[in-house]
Formats: sequence, C-alpha cells, structure tokens
Amino acid sequence: MAQVVRDSPVAAEPLLKLRGIEKHFGPVQALYNVDLDLPSGQITALCGDNGAGKSVLTKCIAGIYQVDHGQFFWEGRAVQIHSPRDAAQLGIETVYQDLALADNLDIVQNMFLGRERLRNGLLNEDDMERAASQTLATLRVTTVRSIRQPVASLSGGQRQSVAVAKAVMWNSKLVMLDEPTAALGVVQTKMVLDLVRRLRDRGLAVMMISHNLNDVFEVADRIAVLHLGRMVAQDRASAFDRQSVVEYMTTGGFRRAQGGDGEGKHGSS
Amino acid sequence: MARAEAPETLPDPTAAPEAASVAVPPELVAQSLGEWFRAWMARLRAGQSGVLPVVLGLVLISIVFTAISPNHLFLSAGNLVNLFQQSAVFMVLAMAEIFVLLLGEIDLSVGFTAGVGGVIAVQLVEPVTTKWPWWGAIIAALLVCALIGALQGTLITRLRLSSLIVTLAGSLILNGAMLILLGLGPFSGYPSLLSHDANVQTLYKLMWGTIDPVISWIGMAVIVVAIALLLWLSDSRRRRSGLVAPPVGLTLLKIVLIAVVSIVVVAICNINRANLGTLEGVPWVIPIVLTILGVWMVLVQRSRFGRYVYAIGGNPEAARRAGVNLATIRTWCFVLCAFTAGIGGLLYASYLGGMSNNFNGGQLVLYAIAAAVIGGTSLFGGRGKMLHGILGGLVIGGIYNGMYLLAIDVQWQFIVTGFVLLVAVTIDALSRRSATSGSAARV
Repeated sequence: MAQVVRDSPVAAEPLLKLRGIEKHFGPVQALYNVDLDLPSGQITALCGDNGAGKSVLTKCIAGIYQVDHGQFFWEGRAVQIHSPRDAAQLGIETVYQDLALADNLDIVQNMFLGRERLRNGLLNEDDMERAASQTLATLRVTTVRSIRQPVASLSGGQRQSVAVAKAVMWNSKLVMLDEPTAALGVVQTKMVLDLVRRLRDRGLAVMMISHNLNDVFEVADRIAVLHLGRMVAQDRASAFDRQSVVEYMTTGGFRRAQGGDGEGKHGSS
Repeated sequence: MARAEAPETLPDPTAAPEAASVAVPPELVAQSLGEWFRAWMARLRAGQSGVLPVVLGLVLISIVFTAISPNHLFLSAGNLVNLFQQSAVFMVLAMAEIFVLLLGEIDLSVGFTAGVGGVIAVQLVEPVTTKWPWWGAIIAALLVCALIGALQGTLITRLRLSSLIVTLAGSLILNGAMLILLGLGPFSGYPSLLSHDANVQTLYKLMWGTIDPVISWIGMAVIVVAIALLLWLSDSRRRRSGLVAPPVGLTLLKIVLIAVVSIVVVAICNINRANLGTLEGVPWVIPIVLTILGVWMVLVQRSRFGRYVYAIGGNPEAARRAGVNLATIRTWCFVLCAFTAGIGGLLYASYLGGMSNNFNGGQLVLYAIAAAVIGGTSLFGGRGKMLHGILGGLVIGGIYNGMYLLAIDVQWQFIVTGFVLLVAVTIDALSRRSATSGSAARV
C-alpha cells in the first residue's frame, strides 16, 4: 500500500465540498446528485451548456435557492446554507454577471454598499475610503483615476474589477464569478483574468463560471463540467483538452480512449 | 506561478482618456486650483456642468427683470427680500420632492399635502375655536402630513402601485379634504392669521418676522465661521491622510463664496425696506429654510439612509442584493417628502396670513418639481442634491416675482414657467442620455 502521493487535485480537505446536491423546481429536476469540490488557492472553472444547471448550482451555494437533498461541508464541517446571509457569514461572495453596481455611486460607496462604516451615527467616509483603496491596491487594480469617481465613468473591465474587489473585501474565502469576461474586449479580459489569478494567489477558493474555453484553460486549475444537471467530469485542468471539455458539455460523456485521469469524478487516487 | 507576473498597470485603451477625464468630477483628480478649473471647463464643454446653468439662469433673470421692471425695482432690497420669501415655499416643496425624485419616483400630492398642513395649523390656533398653542398646531399639522406620506408610501411600496397614480389620486383627495377643513369654524372658508393674539402671530411671523440687524450679523458670522472651519478641517484632514480631497485653493474658494453670499444676503436684508418707518433685518424664513436644508443635507449625504436612497435610485437590484430593505427606505422617503411639504404649507399660510380656497396645490406641485429639476435633480432617480431645491426655487421665485412686478397676466406666467420646466427636463434627459451612451461605448 505504499503509494506515491501523486499530484492530486485535492491535496488537502477542500474549502467547500458538495455531496449529492439535488434541486428541483416543481416537476423539473435541475440538479441530480451533484458533487463538487472547491479547494482553497485554486481556480475551479464550472463549465456547461445553457441549461446545464450552472446558475442553479451557483445560487444554491450562494444561498438564494435551497437544495432539496445533499450536504455542504465547509472546511470539513457539515453546514447548512439557507439564505444569502448564511453564505456571507461563511465567507462566500458571488459576483453576478450584471455586477450589481449602482452607477451613480462612486467606487468606495459601491464597495461598502450595505455594510457602511459609521462614526457617531454618520458615514465614516475616511475609514471606508482607506479600506477600499487598500483592497484595490492589494489586488493591483490601479487603472482607475480616482477611487471617488462614479462607477458610471468606468470601463467594463474596471467595473468587473470593482465588483470583484467588493466581493473579496469581506474576508471572504470563496468567490464565485459568473461569466466575468462575457462582455469584455481582449485587453480587459486579460486584466480581469489577471485579477482572478491574484485572488487564487491570495489563497482564496475561486469558482468561475465560463463559456469561454480560452479563459478556462488560461486560468483554471480545475475544471468541472455540468451536463443537464449532472456533474459529468471534474478534475485537474491538465487532464482535459478543449475537445474533451466540449464533448462533456454537449454530450455528457467522452468517447475517446482515456487514461486514468480523464474521466473519474475526483481524479485518481 | 509565472502567469501571475502579468503587468499590473495595464493601459486601458477602451477607456478613452479624454472621455474618462470628462466623466470624473474635477475636484477628485485636480492637484491645484488651475488644474481644477481646466478640468471643470472640459466638463462644461462636454455638457456636464453641475449647478452652473442654474446660477447663470439666476443672473440672467436678475439682469432682464432689473432692466425691464418699473424703476428697476427688481434688485431693490424690498423686492429681493420679498423674492426670498416667495421662493421659500417653492424651495421647501422642491426639497420635499427631491426625496422621492432621488428614488426615481414622483409625488404629485405635495401641493395639497402642504395645503392640508397649512389649514390644520391655521385652524388649530384660531382663538375663537380650538385655541391651540402655535407649537402644538405645527406638530399636529406636520404629523398629519407625515401620516399622509406614510399611507401613500405604503400603497406604493407594499402594493406596488405606481407613485404617479397613487399621488395623483392623493392630490385630488387631499384637495377635497383641504376644502372640508377650510369650511370648519365660523371663518367662511378663510381662517386668518391676522390677529393681535401673540400665539397666532407666531405663525404669521414664520414668514414675516424679522431678526434684529445686529443679531443677524452676529448669527451669520457664527454660522459662516462654523461652516468654514468644518469644511477646512475635514478637507485638510483628508489631504493629510492621503485621501481624495479638493485642492486647497478650491476649499478656500468655497469658503469665500459662502461668506460673500451670506454677507450680501444679510446686508440686503438689513437695509430699511419700508416706505414709512423701519422694516429691516433678516426674515425668520431664511434661517428656517437654511435649517431644513442643513438637516436634510446631512441626512441625504452623510447618513446610511441617504446612501441607500441614492443606491435605490441608481440600481434597485444592487441595493436589494446588498441587503437594503427597499420597501422601508422608499416608504420613509414618502413620509419625509410629505413632512417637508407640510413645512412648506406652514410657510405658505404664513405668507398669505391665513388659508383660503384659492390655494392652488396643483400649480404648486408643478413649481416644486420644476424647481427641483431646474436645480439639477434628475427625474430618473439617483442624481440630485438638496441644494438643487434652493437654487431651483430661487429661479421659479425670480420668474414669478419678476412677472408680477411687470404686471404680466397670469396666463403668461403659466406659459413662461411651463417653458422653463420643459427646458430643464430636456437638459436632464439629454445629459442622462450622453452619460449612458458614453459608458455604453466604453463597456
């Protein structure tokens, strides 16, 4: 039994472990027995065609939907997520595709929306500005002219960066990004992907939903593929190639003869 | 991870530098007064001018009406003080309306809410009937107004009815209620505040009472010094700790501007404006309006509540996801709107020396919305300041006053005010369109 410890995708206990997640809306089953591991310090790309259940799964983790069956393990401990507040308390933050930024508010105001710091009952602007600029600096979001400019005046990539920075401000441990590069041009996509890598380098668990396989292969450490509500593949990114991911996404299986790494749910032991 | 060594200061070619510099308010990035001025000019050319058009409009109104009014009466001390007093009602009603305009809603009932508030206060202090103390009457009137706002706000937020329709219906209902209240008591529909009774006179003095000239000067000096100190200390503290702050020159410019305006206003008010005897000093209504402005400014710009109001006006979904209780904040805005309208009603009753069934709440609400929009508050929500109510109120008051001096018929007053409102709304819509198309191009 003296086994060589191989380059396992999940070296330690993953930050968040989902087991047997099921979710249905009336008669429609959206998720069947889904398992998913989200380890710290790694970027997990969640792929799947439209209707595969990516958003449902994300919303279950974010506490917007409640699962019908299945268990969540947070740092190895069984937890329940019944509401967005539960998720936030654990340290789960989600950046939705529409970013949920108020255009008329400035960067600081957006980053602290809903969690304003007060002094003597009034807003403590100085404190919030300092904290916000610190977070932006550690994420190296440096292209904005002023931290006090309204979000309406930012480019798409800058807005995405602000939304991400807002999500990581709260000592979050898991950040879920919904199609972070969907509306962006080449340069801005690169800017955002660099930012996603920096989150990983800070030790956060990152889950990135993406259709764009270029982005997926550029940053992902792990890839998980959903097909019609089932988790059909989940492994190190290096175990996949474009063709296999596309095939998993479209057919739910992969016909090519494969080695030990290519298919199993959690890789080889 | 070699990949992580990406260049950290990526140039962002899609964000055109000149477009970005126009979109960023100049006081955020300018290091000196000169730089600020150049950035400000660039913004002006791009059609984002802040309060400048209103101030220019005020100057234009003054010049035109001074030139054509009989004996150049417009800029005389007596008329200017009268203008402040007339504008006060518009200012307060505009500030009321701004609470709901910031949400992207509208309240068409502020006129008759004010009417109901005014009538209640006037009726309650009448010595021959209820004989309430003036403060009791004011509290009762404002509470009823706040309740009106709470009812309308609840219908709008909980039942998801359109604020336009709810407050339009409210306006009609309140018009009727006001007429019923007016008919109570032995005043044949014209309860008056003209009385020798000191209690009744207190209400009359809200508008017509004056402060002794010497006390006016001292009070003004204290307030200006306090504001200057606050502004200077907070700006220099922010500069010291490396936070975004306007250049020193701009802070000084603001302080000087506030001081000059205050001195000019007090000086004008302290000129004897009576034809016989003496009538001098700052009318009570000026500190009353400034107090409302100050309190609401702090609430809207410095409190968590105010931040949520702007957030809802800008992106309700973002506010909801941030955990803001939308229905509660919205309902409170309608309450504050109606409450402030009630104060406007008290000032109106005081100006008139009573209440009458000639009270035209339907016209007042249009003036209030016009004043807010002319001042620079957007009808689309999320953009506006309490100060806009003051500036817009002065514009409306100036037009109203000037045409009154020229003895222009009321039909022409309606037409001119209507056109001014149209121009303001057009500017609002155009600046919004250029702002959104600008950012859309950069996505």
